[in-house]
Amino acid sequence: MNLAVRDVRHNLGRFLLTCLGLSLLLGVVLSMIGIYRGLVDEALTLVRSPGADLWIVESGTRGPFAEASRIPGDERDAVARLAGVAAAGSLTFQSVETAHRGRTLRLYVVGYEPGRPGEPKRLAAGRLITRSHYEMLADRRAGLEIGERVRLGRDVYEVVGLTDGVVASGGDPVVHLTLRDSQRLQFELDPPAARRELARGGRPAGLDTVNAVVARVLPGVPEARVAAEAARWKHLAALTQGEQEGLLLKSVVEKARRQIGLFTAILMAVSAVVIALILYTLTMDKVKAIATLKLIGAPDRTIVALIVQQALAMGVIGWSAGTLLILLAKDHFPRRLLLLPDDALMLGAAVLVLCVVASGLGVRLALKVDPATALGG
Amino acid sequence: MATPLVELRGIAKTYGSGEAAVHALKDTDLRVYPGQVVGLLGPSGSGKTTLLNLIGCIVEPTRGRMDLDGETVYDNRWLKSDLRRLRLEKIGFIFQFHNLLPFLTAEENVAVALDLAGVSGAEARRRARALLDYLEVGHRRASLPSRLSGGEAQRVAIARALANRPRIILADEPTAALDSGRAGMVMDLLRRLALEQRAAVLVVTHDETIFGRFDHAVSLRDGQVEAGG
Ligand SMILES: Nc1ncnc2c1ncn2[C@@H]1O[C@H](COP(=O)(O)OP(=O)(O)O)[C@@H](O)[C@H]1O
Ligand SMILES: [Mg+2]
Repeated sequence: MNLAVRDVRHNLGRFLLTCLGLSLLLGVVLSMIGIYRGLVDEALTLVRSPGADLWIVESGTRGPFAEASRIPGDERDAVARLAGVAAAGSLTFQSVETAHRGRTLRLYVVGYEPGRPGEPKRLAAGRLITRSHYEMLADRRAGLEIGERVRLGRDVYEVVGLTDGVVASGGDPVVHLTLRDSQRLQFELDPPAARRELARGGRPAGLDTVNAVVARVLPGVPEARVAAEAARWKHLAALTQGEQEGLLLKSVVEKARRQIGLFTAILMAVSAVVIALILYTLTMDKVKAIATLKLIGAPDRTIVALIVQQALAMGVIGWSAGTLLILLAKDHFPRRLLLLPDDALMLGAAVLVLCVVASGLGVRLALKVDPATALGG
Repeated sequence: MATPLVELRGIAKTYGSGEAAVHALKDTDLRVYPGQVVGLLGPSGSGKTTLLNLIGCIVEPTRGRMDLDGETVYDNRWLKSDLRRLRLEKIGFIFQFHNLLPFLTAEENVAVALDLAGVSGAEARRRARALLDYLEVGHRRASLPSRLSGGEAQRVAIARALANRPRIILADEPTAALDSGRAGMVMDLLRRLALEQRAAVLVVTHDETIFGRFDHAVSLRDGQVEAGG
């Protein structure tokens, strides 16, 4: 006869309420982990979207994501001529904010050269940019439709294609413009400022500046060798795709990882304390029943099983409900929540261990119960 | 007469030691034979419960010798290593506050004792039902203890005490929660059990209305037997 099941059934309301509380806690833990996974995944979408092998940036910087980097646009030709390089393309990166249909739209603008490395590899809808001006590719996350017109800076751009899931490390959706358009957006002074510059005797600002040049190497050529070659130019630095990804993760994600790790640890500790307290009080309420059981000859293992089985049931139900909750709610989070089955299972295993450990307090109490207390004194 | 089911010789119990020592039971001799119903009487604090706990192997005596069902279980130390098993097989407890497990139905409360003794689920239930019928509470077998009247609960508790056919039945104030009519019925029942199962029944009580129903009574005062024995 399973005593744990019957006891739970007898206190069903309280038991389920406890499970609900636990499931909320575990749901928060799981969403923390999911947000972290989403963060890592999103951080990499931008750096992976050009499909590059090599990043050429300003010398002495670790740009263009971890630090600002500016290099002359004509370096692209020089990079393309390096031995082992198959193709190269210039890229610009910048954040913009624009008012669109009554709301503020934060976008991350990538300028690329159509037909060269840096062009998005996959579109979810529409077509690539074909005209040299005033067309844009937007990410679905921006909530823009094909054919929609958006003002960026002084110009209006038409959405001709959509990407899916390309966002900047801050979570802002990415839009792609032609390199020329993006350079004007980033570097061209507005007319009054330009007139003032001229009046002060400055030369018109050179527009052909880019933030990075990406290159694809020929099959079989080691990227590191080409990178070393490019870095021999004093004014340039070169990073392989792997180095660039590592940098981005370190600079952008590392702090978030530690913070989320800390939160997760705290929440797990809170869960453990909650489980331990609940099990302890549940056991306290059963002291008389436990004494009776001992008196009529129940072995310790029956009594330990009664408590540990309830702890495990609590963990399993709390974890399942928490996971379900997050599965249902994950699309309503402002940041992407990436729920990996492995993470959920790991959490489940951790919760089970936690439950067994947390039940220790109740088990200790139960084993100390003197069977004589069952008898009226 | 046959060999006694319970035999105490010079059994004593002292709680604590030194200044704080309480001599709950002084050298006590007692014999209870199969088929006997023995009352343990005496004012509060006189050692009645202590005596019952000693016989029930819940509390360790300080000294003396105790034989249960022809076997010496204590002789200045425990001679049996598995007292839990001994309790399970030989002793049935009936409690003052009928201590049913609140989360089990009447039938399950009886079946759990059988279950612990290794009787399989279906068989345990069948026997539990038969016992409840025998005690005339069969119609309440699916009820939780909180739904039972005092008399019904007490009879379920008795059914549980009897489940493993113990030879020694220990009852601490079994009628305290009952009106005098019900109390009489419980006493009749214990009497019937003693006769039919050749069991020894020890009943602690304050209840003067049942004093006349014992084969003999042992009066305790300050841990000492005053009369009977
Ligand atoms: N576990 C214990 N620890 C210390 N003293 C006890 C304990 N149990 C009983 N006593 C003492 O032993 C004496 C006899 O108690 P008890 O056997 O319960 O008497 P009764 O059941 O006749 O009221 C009392 O003085 C009581 O305070
Ligand atoms: Mg007492």
